[in-house]
Amino acid sequence: MPKLTIDGREVEVEAGTTILQAAEVLGIEIPRFCYHERLAIAGNCRMCLVEVEKMPKPVASCAMPVGEGMVVKTTTPTVRKARQGVMEFLLINHPLDCPICDQGGECDLQDQAMAYGADRSRYHEHKRAVVDKDFGPLIKTFMTRCIQCTRCVRFITEVAGVPELGAVGRGEHMEITTYVGKAVSSELSGNLIDLCPVGALTNRPASYTYRAWELKKTESIDTMDALGSAIRIDARGNEVIRVLPRINDDINEEWLSDRSRFACDGLKRQRLDRCYVRRDGRLQPVSWTEALGAVAARLKGVAGSRVAAIAGDQTDCETLTAAKDLMASLGSANLDCRQDGAKLEAGVRASYLFNTTIAGIEQADAVLIVGSNPRKEAAVLNARLRKRWLAGGFKAALVGPQADLAFKHEWLGDSPAVLAEIAAGRHPFFGVLKGAPWPMIILGQGALAREDGAAVLGLARKLAEAAGVVKDGWNGFNVLHTAAARVGGLDLAFVPGQGGRDVAGIVDGAAKGEVEVVFLLGADEVDMKGLGNAFVVYLGSHGDAGAHRADVVLPGAAYTEKSATFVNTEGRVQRTQLAVFPPGEAKEDWKVLRALSDVLGKPLAYDTPRQLRDRMATLNRVFATLDAVSPATWGAFGAEGAVADKPFLPAIDNFYMTDPISRASKTMAECSGAFGPGCGCNHKKTGTHG
Amino acid sequence: MSAQEPATFAFTPDYLALAKQFVAKYPAGRQQSAVMPLLDLAQRQEGWVSQAAIEAIAAMLDMAPIRVQEVATFYTMYNLKPVGTHHVQVCTNICCQLRGSDDIVAAAKRALGIEFGETTPDGKFTLSEVECLGACVNAPMMQIGDDFYEDLTSESTGAVLEALKRGEAPKPGPQCDRQFSAPEGGPTTLTGLTFGPEKA
Repeated sequence: MPKLTIDGREVEVEAGTTILQAAEVLGIEIPRFCYHERLAIAGNCRMCLVEVEKMPKPVASCAMPVGEGMVVKTTTPTVRKARQGVMEFLLINHPLDCPICDQGGECDLQDQAMAYGADRSRYHEHKRAVVDKDFGPLIKTFMTRCIQCTRCVRFITEVAGVPELGAVGRGEHMEITTYVGKAVSSELSGNLIDLCPVGALTNRPASYTYRAWELKKTESIDTMDALGSAIRIDARGNEVIRVLPRINDDINEEWLSDRSRFACDGLKRQRLDRCYVRRDGRLQPVSWTEALGAVAARLKGVAGSRVAAIAGDQTDCETLTAAKDLMASLGSANLDCRQDGAKLEAGVRASYLFNTTIAGIEQADAVLIVGSNPRKEAAVLNARLRKRWLAGGFKAALVGPQADLAFKHEWLGDSPAVLAEIAAGRHPFFGVLKGAPWPMIILGQGALAREDGAAVLGLARKLAEAAGVVKDGWNGFNVLHTAAARVGGLDLAFVPGQGGRDVAGIVDGAAKGEVEVVFLLGADEVDMKGLGNAFVVYLGSHGDAGAHRADVVLPGAAYTEKSATFVNTEGRVQRTQLAVFPPGEAKEDWKVLRALSDVLGKPLAYDTPRQLRDRMATLNRVFATLDAVSPATWGAFGAEGAVADKPFLPAIDNFYMTDPISRASKTMAECSGAFGPGCGCNHKKTGTHG
Repeated sequence: MSAQEPATFAFTPDYLALAKQFVAKYPAGRQQSAVMPLLDLAQRQEGWVSQAAIEAIAAMLDMAPIRVQEVATFYTMYNLKPVGTHHVQVCTNICCQLRGSDDIVAAAKRALGIEFGETTPDGKFTLSEVECLGACVNAPMMQIGDDFYEDLTSESTGAVLEALKRGEAPKPGPQCDRQFSAPEGGPTTLTGLTFGPEKA
């Protein structure tokens, strides 16, 4: 390992490290614009110039690998002059519109101009102006501000795998643009805004509505998909202005999908901010006492077996626990957290987790994706798969609807029969899995949320065992969830108890009049028409399908408005933080159930979040540790039996609208309009297509 | 985008054969390296590089269209708009200017009746101002098609262009009594040099 001296301090780093990275190890700051840890090195901004002994000119430290015995200086007058010169050139064409620029206050150029720039300009000529480009409904462009660092071009090409951006022209006439009139259609496009070191690419939905320093920043967890990406919620007053990713190398590195980032305007629309009770066929606003009283009155004398609860896709574990206990006190075993009817059971934890872990993907060398389009279902995870593919030596195959996954893969067909062939060892891809030291299977909800889902699961388990996907120190069996609440629900066994009904059973029972009262905990994807004459109590945040059908509406809190526990698809227990308060009279969901239990005269045994979380930990000890993944033990799961000859269907139709929040979001509606269902994939062709 | 943008582009069989030759020069999987010669071939075939040509080449080389667009816009010698049969490019860079390129420009504009960036109504000539073409020793000069016309004067510029108008092919190279870059009127140094066996 080469040893070098930077500013008189010695450091030893891996060969191939750049001077800039070595300086970072020592905590020495070198200014930069084009360099970014997770992108290829460009070396075009020249801001990171340093002096190296025996080199005639200052060198760009971001692109210069360290050498044995190098003596680097970052504070000499030459370096200072070089930086000042570079800064002066950058500012030649940069407009002085910081006071009206959304990046103002969190702008790399602004900060570094303060730290390393000159105190005045010597430039009296006209500044260059550049025509703004249309990047679609999410990104607002001010191309005159662009300093051509090309971070956006590198991100969209390398990480997102959608080569739509480029730098055309040369010299002063160079412009960043999309290819002739196309918007940036990547599902990760929002990250361009974070990457842009100046205000050239800004958040369009939130443009001109905030100044960076007005916002209260709350570190939290995303629930728009099942990854549990680390986010920061920026709020002003009681309004969420924007959502940004935080760095979490285990999950999202520092990226965030567009739905997670931009659906936050849905938190302000269609909100349930007070209780409603249906009287004379119409929902009438009422007080909490009346609403809870109406529920209690309806429940009076109803047998437990005629009561049911269905949990939605964004229901937190606290609520699930409270609901489970409440249902138990009512004597009901009719509860289910699998709205889509996925045939996953609560018993063996390894059967429903993404066992390899998201970071573990980087170790894998072959993957079989079954009934899933990770690009739509977990865009950030797909970026990880692409990263692995870019590193080389990675074989991928897809059984399921054809999709553009942004990395090269073999499409084997969309029939479960193909999976059966592979599992039986009659398909060439079986050999690929078997021959790979670190093979992976990713099972999507498209493969599980069907009649024969249990058989598919069993088939996948058999394949995993036969092909050596699960072995000592490596579990390559993965279930990719689409709902943030699903793993938590399964961990808490929020599934039908002895003789209980599942979602289909509840809907069927309600239609037949065998189930009289149905609790919908933010569940909006249930067949509402099928609920017949049942008395529906909806507890949730948005006036979506569930609330429209409900007889009593109890307003709950969205994920930005409570400290709540979610378990991501890897089985990682994480907690959101309260960034803003629930609107109007809305309350944290579990507290509503706690209050209801009092009215019913069967009080739940916890009054504080801590007591409730202790209860969660007794239900399943995984809840005792936050932010960690413990390997789940393998076991027998899934069912034997034939799989139907029905092709796997996509689990998500529209990337931009999957849940009540994104369905209420204007931004997401605009995206659906601009990009269709998203990801340039799974476009259902109509008869008019060639 | 130009108004004359064609909907499709395809190499003619001859150019396609050439294009394949260029692609074959690079190792398998490195076919993208042939992007510049292919853009040049497209320009030779059509006279300019259209959006359709960019997309066709991108498809041929398995590249994103924007990558080809970047190359095509970086180099000024790719014409992204249609040009006349004869693309007259007059150098006005420093050496040529010091040697009187302003007169050459004026003569060319007079002869063709157009300004820089314009094409004659008959579509035969396009006049462009270009930076140094690397023939400073024969300044002032202009490039027409693939040929350099050097050591120009107002008169010889007019003569070259008039000849082209008549459909003739004027002789490229220095337009005065001079061989290549040798001194006018013959060599002035090493005149007594005789080639023979080396003397000890």
